[in-house]
Formats: sequence, C-alpha cells, structure tokens
Amino acid sequence: MNTIEKNKTIPLPFGEARRGSIKGAEAVVKCLLEEHVEVIFGYPGGAIMPVYDALYDYQKELKHILTRHEQGAIHAAQGYARASGKVGVCIATSGPGATNLITGIADAQIDSTPLVCITGQVHAHLLGTDAFQETDVVGISMPVTKWNCQVTKAEDIPGALAKAFYIAQSGRPGPVLVDITKDAQFGEVEFNYEKCKQIRSYVPKPKVDLTKVKEAAELINAAKKPLVVFGQGVILAEAEKEFKAFIEQAGLPAAWTIMGLSALPSNHELNVGMLGMHGNYAPNVLTNECDVLIAVGMRFDDRVTGNLAKYAKQAKVVHLEIDPAEVDKNVKTTVAVVGDCKDSLKQLTGLLTAKKHTDWVNKFYELKEVEDNKVIKNEINPSVGDLTMGEVIAQINKITKGEAIVVTDVGQHQMVACRYAEFNQTKSLITSGGLGTMGFCLPAAIGAKFGQPNRQVIAVIGDGGFQMTIQELGTIFQTKIDVKILILNNQFLGMVRQWQDLFFDKRYSSTEMVNPDFQMIATGYGLAVNKVSERNKLEEAVKEMLAHDGSYLLEVMVGKENNVFPMIETGASVSDIRLD
Amino acid sequence: MKIQFTISVFTEDQIGLLNRVSIIFTRRHINIESIAASESEVKGIHRYTIVISEEEDLVVKVVKQLEKQVDVVGAFYHTNDDVVYQEIALYKIPTSALIAGGKAEGIVRNHNARFLSVEPEFTIVEKTGHKEETQVLFDELEPYGILEFVRSGRVAITKPMKQLKEYLQELEIASLNN
Repeated sequence: MNTIEKNKTIPLPFGEARRGSIKGAEAVVKCLLEEHVEVIFGYPGGAIMPVYDALYDYQKELKHILTRHEQGAIHAAQGYARASGKVGVCIATSGPGATNLITGIADAQIDSTPLVCITGQVHAHLLGTDAFQETDVVGISMPVTKWNCQVTKAEDIPGALAKAFYIAQSGRPGPVLVDITKDAQFGEVEFNYEKCKQIRSYVPKPKVDLTKVKEAAELINAAKKPLVVFGQGVILAEAEKEFKAFIEQAGLPAAWTIMGLSALPSNHELNVGMLGMHGNYAPNVLTNECDVLIAVGMRFDDRVTGNLAKYAKQAKVVHLEIDPAEVDKNVKTTVAVVGDCKDSLKQLTGLLTAKKHTDWVNKFYELKEVEDNKVIKNEINPSVGDLTMGEVIAQINKITKGEAIVVTDVGQHQMVACRYAEFNQTKSLITSGGLGTMGFCLPAAIGAKFGQPNRQVIAVIGDGGFQMTIQELGTIFQTKIDVKILILNNQFLGMVRQWQDLFFDKRYSSTEMVNPDFQMIATGYGLAVNKVSERNKLEEAVKEMLAHDGSYLLEVMVGKENNVFPMIETGASVSDIRLD
Repeated sequence: MKIQFTISVFTEDQIGLLNRVSIIFTRRHINIESIAASESEVKGIHRYTIVISEEEDLVVKVVKQLEKQVDVVGAFYHTNDDVVYQEIALYKIPTSALIAGGKAEGIVRNHNARFLSVEPEFTIVEKTGHKEETQVLFDELEPYGILEFVRSGRVAITKPMKQLKEYLQELEIASLNN
C-alpha cells in the first residue's frame, strides 16, 4: 500500500558503494544485519520462502529461532525486546502465518514494545483476488500497529525496513509490520541501505518545555504529601538513574504499575509498592490522600486507577509523558511535561529542594504493616494448609536474591508474582500488562533468554496459560535454551474463578481444568522435571530447579480456591481496596 | 455539550491512511457526519475534512490520536465559527416540473442554484451552501418530484492565518530525533 518516500530520510554515508543487485529476499536479510539484528523468531511458509532461502546463506550472522507457532514467534520477539531493550524481530508467512501474529502485535502495541514484524504476501498481481493464503494483513493489523506498510517492489524493501526500525524504536516504541509480496522478494534491487533518521510527519520526542518543568517543580516543592506513580516509560527511556535521583532528591514515595516493576529496586526505601487492582494497600489508599500526584511514564490504565471519578480528586496532578495523546486522556493534569522523561526528570530534579517527607513516607509503612498482617504474612509464610503461590515466589526471592528475570503469564499467578517477586535491576519483570494475553509467558521467556543469555530466566505460569502455548516446549528442546518453568497449578483458571467466587455466586462456569501430566509432557521434550505439593519439599525443589544446568519444569500444586488480595473491585475507588 | 466540529487532518499521500484515520473515530463509536479528501496547497500533502458532533474534550483526545499517527502531518479542530465551509448538492428533477407551471424554475433561481443539464426527461440542478441551505431547496423542490439527490461532504477553509508551509517548516525541526 505505501510508497516509501526516500527523500524523507537524511542520507548517511554507507560503508560500501552499490554492490550490484541482489534479490529482494536477500535485501531483507541485509537490512536486518544493517540494523544489528542478531536473533529473529519465525516460522516459514509459502509466501516467505525466498527470505528463508536467503537466511540459509546467513546462518552465521543471523540466528533464526524456529518456534512452533507464529504466536510463539512474536511473543518470543516481545520477550527478547523487553529483556534486551532492542527491537524484537519476527517473521511469518502470509495468511494464517500473518494472522497468528496479531495477538502479539496487539500486545506489543498496548505495552509499547518495539517490534518489527515481517510477513510474506502473495504475488502483487494476486492481491485482492482471494488467492491461496492471501489475507489483508495490512488492513487487519492497522488498528494494532504503530505503523505498517506493504511492499510490492524489491527496490522499496530497504527504505521500508529502515523506516520500520526507526519507527519501532523511537519515541514511544511499538510494533510495526512490513508485508512483502513474493514477487518483491524475488525481484532485484541495488542494495544501498540508509538508516532512517527522520520522518517529517513524526515527532518521536517532543522537546521538553522548560516553563512546564518549572511549574512542576513549584508544585512538587510546595507539596506536603507528594506521591510518585511510575510506569514502563522509565524503563523505555532508560531513565532508571534519573528517576532514582529524582525521588531521592525530594524524598518522594514512589509506587509502580506492573509495567514499571523493576525500574526501581524492590528494597529501595522510597519504593512503596504496586498500584492498582491487586496492588499494595498503602499506595492505593494514599493515592486519595496525596496533595500532588506525579505520574512518570504511565498512562492511568483502568486497572491502575479504579473508578476515575474517585481517583486522586484532591490532588494536583503532574504528568511526565512522551506521548501527547496520553496527557489528559484519563486523568486531567494540572501540569503536563511532555517529552522523554530521561530529559524532563533530569531538568526537574535540578529544580527540586532537598526534602525527606518523613511523616508522610512513614504513613506508607504504617499501612504496609496493616497489609503485612492481614494478607502478606499468610500468603508468603503460611504454616498450615495448601501451598500458596506467594510462598513459592518467596522461595525464588530467597535464592535469586532479586537477580533473575521473571516472566509471567496472565492471571492470579501474575498478580502474585508482581506483588512478591523482588528485583535489583531493571528490565527484570516481563509480563503482558495491557492486553493480558494468556500464553504469553513461555515464548516470551524463551525470547528473554535470547535477549539476556547471561541472566537466569524464570517463567512463572499458571496451568491454564501454560497450555495455550505449550507447544513452545519444542522450541526449548530444539534450541537447548535454558529456561526455568515454574507452573503454579491450582487446577483452575484462577482469576476467572476468583471473580466467579466473588461476583457470580460461586458458579464456576468452565473454569475447572482437568490437566494432563505436565511432567510426562515436559519429559518428552527433554526437560528435567519435578512436582511438589508439600511445604517441606518446596525449598529444596526450587533450589534444585534454579541450580539445574538447562531447562527445567517444576510444577507446584497450590491451593485450588485461593483468592488474590488486596483487591479493588470494578467500579470501586482505589482507596476502597479490600484486604479480604 | 455536543456541538459540531470540523476536523482537518493533513497527511502524507499514502494508500490506507484513510483507514487508519477512520479507525480512530469508529473505535470511540463516533459517527462521522461527513468526510471529504483532497490535495492541499502543498504538493504531496493530502487533507481530510471531517465533521463530527461531539463534546470538545473528546474532540481534543481524538485530534491527539490522529496527530499521533506516524503519517499524519497535523490535525486541527475548529468550531463552525472558525471555518468558512461549503457543501455541494445535486438535484435531479423532472423537466416537466419546470415547464408545467414554471414555479420550480423560480425556486431554483431564488436559491441562486444553477442548471447543470437540461434533458427532455430530467434536469440537473446544482446548489452550493451550508447543509441547511441545500436542505431548504430540497424541501421546496420535493413537491415537484425529486428523482435523485446527492450532497457532498463538507469542505472547509480555516480562518486562522497560520500557513501549512510554515507549520511544515516547524515540523522539520521538531521531528529530529535528538
């Protein structure tokens, strides 16, 4: 569909001059190498075969990971991107190959993950004729991509991919899709790659307005009860240091969304915990008591704010945000500082008076004690009854000491993992936040390991989500990648069951799972396995898994009908968070 | 309070962009009252003129979402007071209505409408103006039998003086990814 405007980019000197023409398919591979891509995830098929043929010649330079399903490929690319901070690349054929990517694209769009998705397409002359494996993937993916285009000529491939990489990773990152017809892959192009440096119609980083920074600083300096709420924007901007300096300068308690988790070390004294529906008691309650609410790189998702009409109405709101469309979208701001928070935080910190806010910060600790007594102690250190998800996560903390990457799926175990897992370094918690995609975890964990081969990667999955992308055990088997899989098995689709328990009169409609023998399955895929259901064997089992050389599946049988608390019910205010 | 707004969207000339633009409205369940697409005064830049009736704070959000699209150069919204706008309407009436009593002809002339084509069986009349004006002519011609009627989307020019070229120059600087 799109003709690529070449004159939109500023030409950069490129190493070698034109080297004669190559096939479009080879140009695709060369573009990836120009963008320093080392690993791609994909699945071959008819319309992308020329590219796969070209990949055959570049096996040393570019590692292709063959997943077992295109959804696995894209979630792996997401995990790779989130763990490494680089662009994730996935590749699929036309038709069903392309449509199988859609869930992952939507997930990456809502969670701002930089991805370049390359799909094969039928010959240009067949477009619109309902040809074999033809699907209008540009049309289908339009609402869930940051940008997409279709290339029908080999000569347009380098320009399209240069634009794709630039758009995916600049500004607020997101997924882009480039659909390449088979004849374009077969066509000839004189390869000459110029990285895209600018697109006229696109302002990735709005310049920070100093007057707004000053206004924000005045509000924060005058605040008696300030509260910082931060999200993934801090991680995406690589502004962890600047953020820490900012909160330390003015003694600002800071609470995180699950997408912001690990940007600030768990044990930092100003880290006051998790926001939102299953977040911590103190930051939720005190959101409605603070006088200045400072939002950094977050977008006031409804799972974070609860009822907007009763959200921080007493507070003046400062919003540091790179995407102008997020400003005033859900919460009306007093002062919006639009721009990259790495820049704005630095400028803002320079204008802040050094303060402690000791009494105010202590209030968080007082409320934390309430939550400790009513919820946390029983969850992470129970002495009787079934195993809890929380105590399993606590065991992980004990051994990893906050150094591992934890990847989660979606549901109860996700909330528990986010609540209790501890982290020392950034980019350590990878989860499907906005879209809530079950099946995300296993492939994302595989991708994360490729993105950070030297770090321990632990996939924490429920028995439901595990079976949504269970076929990716095959990818682990073939690549021999080291991923620790921890299944928290409650034999239910736990989060839905919890809602049925609380709001649907315990009518457990289609939530009970009759599961197969996960150990047998994993054994077939060559994994070391273990299963525990007793408290006195848990510590040893977790230790053994984490010490094992290679992939390992540990299935932990936990209480069938445990609920995750605290909880903000739908429609309730953050300060009405329930402890039981 | 819902009032009528004219949204002008300036875009790069790309196939499929109309889809991307319209998705933003349909996602929020906003009814597009009219849409017109054409070239602008700057070569290679297209403009969409979209009319909706909504509350202003929602319109602001929509305009920001439009602006956010990579290939959208700029998006602006205006109240009816801030734009000069026109629509065009075509009416096909039986020529006999003109001959019989001659009244239909008077109506057409009173409305400053034009005869585009007179055939033995039918006559085509053109009227430009605001929707209310073309509607009045419709109502007055209706008793004589309207065989066919069509009205275009609104095209609008804004009163504020900032020029697109100037805006583009500013964008050239703003879009540098420093």
